[in-house]
Amino acid sequence: MLISTLQFDTSFFWHELFGPSSAFLGGLWRTVYISIIAQLLAVVIGLLVALARRSTLRILRGVAGAYVWVLRGTPLLVQLVIVYDGLAATDIYRFQDVTVLGVTILASVQAAILTLALNESAYMSEIIRAGLAAVDVGQNEAALSVGMTPTQAMRYVVVPQAMRFVIPPLGNDFNAMMKSTSVLSVIGVPELFLITQEISSSTFHTFEIFMDAALYYLALTTIWAFVQTWLEAKIDRSWGIERAQRSWWASIRERFQDPKTLGIGRRA
Amino acid sequence: MALSNSFEESSTIGDAGLIVHAHDIHKSFGSLEVLKGVSLDVVRGEVVVLIGPSGSGKTTFLRCINHFEKPDVGFVQVNGHLIGSKLDRGGQRVDASAREVATQRAEIGFVFQHFNLFPNRTAMENVMLGPIKVQKMSKEKARTLALAQLEKVGLSSKADRYPAQLSGGQKQRVAIARSLAMSPALMLFDEPTSALDPEVIGEVLTVIRDLANEGMTMVIVSHEIGFAREVADRVAMFDDGQIVEIGTPQQLFDTPSQARTKSFLSKVL
Repeated sequence: MLISTLQFDTSFFWHELFGPSSAFLGGLWRTVYISIIAQLLAVVIGLLVALARRSTLRILRGVAGAYVWVLRGTPLLVQLVIVYDGLAATDIYRFQDVTVLGVTILASVQAAILTLALNESAYMSEIIRAGLAAVDVGQNEAALSVGMTPTQAMRYVVVPQAMRFVIPPLGNDFNAMMKSTSVLSVIGVPELFLITQEISSSTFHTFEIFMDAALYYLALTTIWAFVQTWLEAKIDRSWGIERAQRSWWASIRERFQDPKTLGIGRRA
Repeated sequence: MALSNSFEESSTIGDAGLIVHAHDIHKSFGSLEVLKGVSLDVVRGEVVVLIGPSGSGKTTFLRCINHFEKPDVGFVQVNGHLIGSKLDRGGQRVDASAREVATQRAEIGFVFQHFNLFPNRTAMENVMLGPIKVQKMSKEKARTLALAQLEKVGLSSKADRYPAQLSGGQKQRVAIARSLAMSPALMLFDEPTSALDPEVIGEVLTVIRDLANEGMTMVIVSHEIGFAREVADRVAMFDDGQIVEIGTPQQLFDTPSQARTKSFLSKVL
C-alpha cells in the first residue's frame, strides 16, 4: 500500500541527471556565469570600499561604513526587488535587454548581477579589510623605506600579500553566492532554480527534478572547493611555502598517533 | 618650543660634509614623552652607534630621521633636505606631500630588526622592487643591479630563494642589499642583529663592517658593544629620551663620564 504510493520515477531522475534538457543546462549555465561575474565585480568594489574605510579622509570612511551597514543589513531578496521592480515602478531606471556582440543579456540578468555584486561587495570589503590588517605593518614600512609612496606600498606590497588571507573566506562567500542565485527566481531570472521549478510544474516530478538540481548545485560547490584548494596551494608556492603532500588518510591517522613515533615535526 | 620650530636655526643647509642634522627632537606617544630634545649631527662617512636601555628612545629617534615618526618639535635634515617638510613661499615650514617624503626616503636606507622582507618575492625580487617602482629602472638593469648587491652581501647564490627558505642572517643580508640597491646617502639600522641566532650575528656584522670601510654614513641602534667599539666613530648613550653622553668608543666605553653610562655598561659588558 505504502510502497505503491511512492512515486519516485527513477528513470526520469537519471535521465535528467545525465542527459538534462537544454532548458535545464541553460539555467545551470546562467547560475554559473552570474555567480562568477557578480563575485569578480564584488572583489573589485569590495577592495575600493575596504581602502576607503582605511582612508585618512573622515567623510570617505563614513560613506564606506554606511555602504557596508546598509547592504549587509538588508535582505538580498529585498534588494533584488528594489533594484529590478522598485526602480522600474517609479520610472527611475528600467532594465532593458541588451545585445552585445550578438549575445543578448536579459534585463533581469543585468539587475541580478548588479545586485548580487553590490550585496557581496559589502561582505568582500570586510574580508579584504581583515586581509589588509593581517599584513604586518613592517611590510608597509619596508616598502616606504625604499622610497615608495603610501599608494605604491599598498599596491605593490600590502594588497598582493593580503590576497593570501582573503582567499579562504572569499571561497566561503563564493560557495554561498552560487547557492543564493536561487533567489534570483523572484525577479524571473531563468537560472537553475526557476528552470527546475518550471520543469517540476510541467512534469509533476517535483522530487526527482529538485534532487537533480540539488546534485548540480553540489557539483558546482564541489568543483569550486577543488579550485580554491588549488588556488591556495598556488599562492603558498608563490611565497616559497611548500605544503606537506599527505593523503587525507595519513592526516587522519596522524591525529591518533603519538607525534614522537611519526618522525615528522610540525612545519614551522 | 616656538624657537626650535623656526627655520632660522637650521643654518646648516648646504653644508656638504653634514649628512644628518637633527635638532632638538621631541616626540610623545600620548602622554608618554619618548624623546625630550635630542640633537645629533653626523658627517659624511661617519658611523654613529646609538646605545642605551630599552625604552630610552634610540629607535624612535632613528625613525624620526627617515620620517617614520614625525617629531612634535624640532627638525631633521638629511643631505641638506628638511625631512618631511618644505618651505612655503613665505619661508614657513609646512608638511611635505606623501610623494615628496617618499623621494626623501629613497636616499635613506633603513634596515629593520625583523628584516621585513617581502615574503611573496624572491631575494632577487625583494632587491629589484625599489629600483623598478621608485626609480623606474628597467627590469634587466634592476636584475643586474640586484645581483651585484646580493653578491656584495655574499648571497648571489640565493637570488631565487624566497625569504621563508633563508636563515635569519641571510634574510637580514638580503634586507641590507635591498636598501643598498637604492644607492642611499645614509643607512639607518634598527637593532639589525637583535632577532638573530648568535651564530649568524657575525655574518651580518661583517656586511655592516664592510660598508663602514667603504665610507658609508650610518646610524646604528645596537646592543653589540664589541661591534660598536670596533666600527663606530662615535657612540651616543641614550637614557630617558635624551643623549646623556656622546664620544668616541674609547671615551665612552673606557672612560665614561656619566654615572648613567657607567651603570648601563656594567650591565651589558
